[in-house]
Amino acid sequence: MLIFDDVVLKQGDFSLSVALSIKQGAVTALMGQSGAGKSTLLAAIAGFLSPDQGQISVDGVKLNQLSPAKRPVSMLFQDNNLFPHLSVLQNVGLGLRGDLRLSAIEAQHVSDVLTDVGLGGMGDRKPAALSGGQQSRAALARVLVGSRSVVLLDEPFAALGPALKAEMLDLVKTRLAGRTIVMVSHDPADAHRIADTVCIVADGCVSAPVETKELFANPPEALSDYLG
Amino acid sequence: MQKPLILTAAAAFTLATPAIAETPVLTVLTYDSFTSEWGPGPAVEAAFEETCGCDLQFVGAGDGAALLARLQLEGPSTEADIVLGLDTNLTAAARETGLFAPHGVSADLTLPIAWEDDEFMPFDWGYFAFVANKGAKAPNSLRALADSDTKIVIQDPRSSTPGLGLLMWVQAAYGNDAGALWADLADNILTVTPGWTEAYGLFLEGEADAVLSYTTSPAYHLIAEEDDSKVAWPFDEGHYMQVEVAGKVAGTDQPDLANAFMAFITSEAFQSIIPTTNWMYPAVTPADGLPAGFETLITPAKALLLSPEDALASRPAALDAWRTALSQ
Amino acid sequence: MAHSTFAINPRWPGGIVAGLVLALTLGTLCAVAIRAEFQTGFGAADWAAVRFTVSQAFVSALFSCLLAIPVARALARRQFRGRSALITLLGAPFLLPVIVAVLGLVMVFGRNGLLNDAFGLVGLPEISIYGFHGVVLAHVFFNMPLVTRLVLQGWLSVPSERFRLAASLNAPVGRLIEWPMLRTVLPSAFLVVFLICLTSFAVALTLGGGPKATTVELAIYQSLRFDFDLGRAALLALVQFVICASAAIVAWKVTSPDGSGAGLDRAVQRWDGGAKRDVLVIFLAATFLALPLGMIILRGATEVLSLPTDIWKAALRSAIVAVFSSALSTVMALALALRAGRLAAVSGGLPLAASSLVIGTGLFLLVYPFVNPAKLALPITMLVNAVLALPFVLRAMAPAVAKIETDFGRLAISLGMSQQTWIWGVVLPRLKGPIGFGAGLAAALSMGDLGVIALFAGDGQETLPLAMYRLMGAYKMDAAAGAALLLLTISLGVFWVCDRGGRTVADF
Repeated sequence: MLIFDDVVLKQGDFSLSVALSIKQGAVTALMGQSGAGKSTLLAAIAGFLSPDQGQISVDGVKLNQLSPAKRPVSMLFQDNNLFPHLSVLQNVGLGLRGDLRLSAIEAQHVSDVLTDVGLGGMGDRKPAALSGGQQSRAALARVLVGSRSVVLLDEPFAALGPALKAEMLDLVKTRLAGRTIVMVSHDPADAHRIADTVCIVADGCVSAPVETKELFANPPEALSDYLG
Repeated sequence: MQKPLILTAAAAFTLATPAIAETPVLTVLTYDSFTSEWGPGPAVEAAFEETCGCDLQFVGAGDGAALLARLQLEGPSTEADIVLGLDTNLTAAARETGLFAPHGVSADLTLPIAWEDDEFMPFDWGYFAFVANKGAKAPNSLRALADSDTKIVIQDPRSSTPGLGLLMWVQAAYGNDAGALWADLADNILTVTPGWTEAYGLFLEGEADAVLSYTTSPAYHLIAEEDDSKVAWPFDEGHYMQVEVAGKVAGTDQPDLANAFMAFITSEAFQSIIPTTNWMYPAVTPADGLPAGFETLITPAKALLLSPEDALASRPAALDAWRTALSQ
Repeated sequence: MAHSTFAINPRWPGGIVAGLVLALTLGTLCAVAIRAEFQTGFGAADWAAVRFTVSQAFVSALFSCLLAIPVARALARRQFRGRSALITLLGAPFLLPVIVAVLGLVMVFGRNGLLNDAFGLVGLPEISIYGFHGVVLAHVFFNMPLVTRLVLQGWLSVPSERFRLAASLNAPVGRLIEWPMLRTVLPSAFLVVFLICLTSFAVALTLGGGPKATTVELAIYQSLRFDFDLGRAALLALVQFVICASAAIVAWKVTSPDGSGAGLDRAVQRWDGGAKRDVLVIFLAATFLALPLGMIILRGATEVLSLPTDIWKAALRSAIVAVFSSALSTVMALALALRAGRLAAVSGGLPLAASSLVIGTGLFLLVYPFVNPAKLALPITMLVNAVLALPFVLRAMAPAVAKIETDFGRLAISLGMSQQTWIWGVVLPRLKGPIGFGAGLAAALSMGDLGVIALFAGDGQETLPLAMYRLMGAYKMDAAAGAALLLLTISLGVFWVCDRGGRTVADF
């Protein structure tokens, strides 16, 4: 369970109130206008912002006092998910340990995961030598090698074409099954494709999660405004 | 690459640290060009060490004025035993520091003026003069120079000894009318440089018809470069002198060596080094005369020199007059 | 208010460096002031010096910036053989010892220079380099290339998509793209040049033509060397700091923040024409830079090989000092860049405002009671040279460091990277280009610096600039010209090796 206990996030004049819980293993999409606070919410879960009020917890563990690295949270950013000067193996290895010193066993594990996401034999390449889709796979592999229970996706696949994006979303769904996934999305199709539930972010509030099918069948006002 | 560099650096530092010697050390604070490879320093050091059973060490500090400033910075705790290279424009201020002791030396000086100073001993001297290329139209006085359209480069009296020398020259020659002369000179002055080096460099590049330097400057070109194209212009008002002196620091921890060095300064050994290294006249003409070439130099009819006390006292007003005239 | 809970960049090393810089600049000023007996106040001549200092610095900075814009623009748009050599050459004037550059300029623009010779041939009247305009000309020669490099960097950091967009919309490139870019780059470039010219001394006096051209730095020199009036020197140095601080505040107010770390190798493809004008501008700028440099080279070429061994030793000594002070400066700049913020900005700018005479004198006063200054001459020279180069090295590195943090800081934090891994595994590998440029600049600046060594050096410790100066002082102008060429060659060589090294090692 990812629980927001009366959390208030403030940035300058902007304020966002969150009081909800997300089920373990669920894929939840955050939808809302640009600037509504979706990324702010992810930043708070990841630990880049501390709430001005309230507590965020995962499976009973209070997050507020934990540094980003200590939280059971992995994150994929919009861009710059890979260090361009490090090899793919090193990049993915960072998901296991943050000091770039992989043991032989750890390196083998990373190689296995690379093969699993379709990057077998590409561990020595630099990210620039990979296609966009392969770069996304490498970033995903880094989440996979770790075992953090919450995964945050801040539109990491936005730059990919529709087919590739769909492929990546399916990969997320299958390979990360069992982890709690919170994703920001502008595209209802993304939510349709993999999200179990959707939260609407609007007017400084985040709605409680609603079943995806039910939501699109019967969209509340905030969503229909957004969908147009 | 990294390692050899570090090794060389270490070596450089080790070399830089003076060897700890059992022989007593005599420290002489002087101006840079005296100690440089091309100055009198190396020969003077060798000559003195031959007889003194000591290690003579020079510490170079800019020019003559910087030398005095350095001494003032160090104060009574100075390690210098001898200060060598002040001139009479600076000795009054040097005397005021109270750091100097009587030199106790008597010598038959061959200066064109009488010398009576029991703290400072001259080691060489020269006349300031404008140096030009042979054949250039030569004015015969400061006044004629001011009335001509000759372009000259001079040094700033606030940052250079020759510059201060010219200020005193005009002061000694014109007294209360110095300001008027400066005003007439203003349009002849191409530029004012911070030091002798820049001015002489500009002159050699052909920027100006003449540069403020010394009557002995042509001797360098003649003797060292076999170039007789440079001349100093003799001026009717007379030429201001620069007398360079040495003094013994009262608080020296090597009084005997210091006394020996003060006596050495006017000796034949020291004096014969001066003409072709410092390019000045020796304070005591050596027995076999001046080096060949010096006889070609001009001999001013009249030597001008303000007493150290007058030089110090008249400086602020003279400087104001200079600045006012040249800032128009 | 929600705030960032965790920063990956270590802050304490920057704090230490800032402390060191403050001690060396303001601390040495205090050391001088404490020893002072305040005798004389501020006279009319001092105010005249302040006025002249500010006005020449302002005009010099203005022209350096105005002239650099078309040159940088032309260089940004044109790709041609020798372009990268020309860009390296842009570093040369800035790195030259003042006296060498002045003589080079005089050989071109002086009474007996190339230009007047040419004018004479075609019957034009003689022009004079001496006066206010001469000071400005020399300062432009020194600093215009520096500004060109800074502005060029700004131009190349504009993504080429934006130029394509502007071209497809047929929109005015100038107002839409270039002006905003210049707003971010020019104020700080102007400030840097203004501050450099503010502490100018020999250029201003030599070419200024007389006591009108007295700068504050010269007045400080006079107080320290001739009058031994430490109080007045401290007061003047303080005035210099105040002027610099005011200028810095104004520049910060008009700067829009931006960061860029683009390389200089590519030319931006553009669709707004002007090829002929670009070629002319590049030709004129290259001629303006190359003629004085060429004269220095010509003058020294026959002398270099016959230089006395002492000069070669001095050159080696200078090179060693340069290597160490460059390393020190780079580490210090990295520490400040990682710390960022106001303290880092202030301590990165202070050395520009400092009078090296006051630093030297203050250090001398601090050191003298304990150690023979001659024993510390080379280490102190390294330290002071490192600090004096700091503003330039920091400028080269700070935007790149900021960009690395923006791009990868959160990722590194969320991965639990230690600060050690972050610096060694991410920041340093990604910073090779700016480090190479900064280190090269620091090394070359140190090579050409005459600064404090003159006050400290004992026997056998002279650096190449000092040795060159001593050669001139011994009438040996020809040998000095050879030494100047040697100095120019080593400075540019060190700069080129570091800059190249940084750029080619960078693997993306």
